[in-house]
Amino acid sequence: MYSEYIGLTSNKVKSVVERELVRRFAESIGDNHPIYTDENIGKQSRYGANIAPPTFPRVLRSGTIEGLKLPLKGLIHGEQIYHYERPLLVGEEVICYSKIEDYYEKEGSTGKMGFLKMKRYGEDNDGRLIFTEESITIITETVRRSLNV
Amino acid sequence: MTVLAEISKGETLETTLNPVSRMDLIKYSGSSGDFNPIHTIDEEAKKAGLPGIIAHGMWTMGNLSKLFTPYYEEGFIKDYNIRFSGMVFLGDVVTLKAEVVDKVDQSLIFEVRATNQHQKDVVKGKVIFELY
Repeated sequence: MYSEYIGLTSNKVKSVVERELVRRFAESIGDNHPIYTDENIGKQSRYGANIAPPTFPRVLRSGTIEGLKLPLKGLIHGEQIYHYERPLLVGEEVICYSKIEDYYEKEGSTGKMGFLKMKRYGEDNDGRLIFTEESITIITETVRRSLNV
Repeated sequence: MTVLAEISKGETLETTLNPVSRMDLIKYSGSSGDFNPIHTIDEEAKKAGLPGIIAHGMWTMGNLSKLFTPYYEEGFIKDYNIRFSGMVFLGDVVTLKAEVVDKVDQSLIFEVRATNQHQKDVVKGKVIFELY
């Protein structure tokens, strides 16, 4: 049962917001604004650097949560929630970790639906929060039965 | 309009995308690292009970955020909440829209949505754009 996982937290992993990954990511969402890619525009901006698009953090790695068993197929992405203290800068180091925030069930048309709320934290090298990224994943009864959870 | 601070309640930012292509989704798979094959390979989508490949919800959410990119000198996206409510298929024509619903101090509150060519919402949510 997933409710036992509430509160579990991953180890912390450091990544760099890499210029080339940001360029490719921005291109893949059709956002060709130079604030993401043009070094001079970045330098002249109020940020003094290029920034990353708000949904970029999915690219960053965070540690694994020991013991969490998730199916590879059949998950439904229900909601996605970002909070930023400031934009993420190209070239900076970010320390990410994930936490299982909540799990609850609701009765749906196809049986009991499970809702797993996972939150990722991105901090700078001094431990100050830059962003959080929350995903709500829906796990259907069929999928849960196949896993015996 | 180039200054977002002057936008009033009820005003909108809007754009319509080109029809969704397989290459769009292949590129997003690569750039995001989400290689779930229901987004790129027809047989895998069918095996999963879908009529065909579907766009990543995060592709649509990523596209929607670009309505705000021209205004990064004035502020930034502080909060961005999305609920995925419909699927996007190949060839779909997606319209992105953000409407100002409130202004509180330095926060512009937008209702945001992406709709398909049948005027059905595929993603819907809220953006709080914080002005400096």
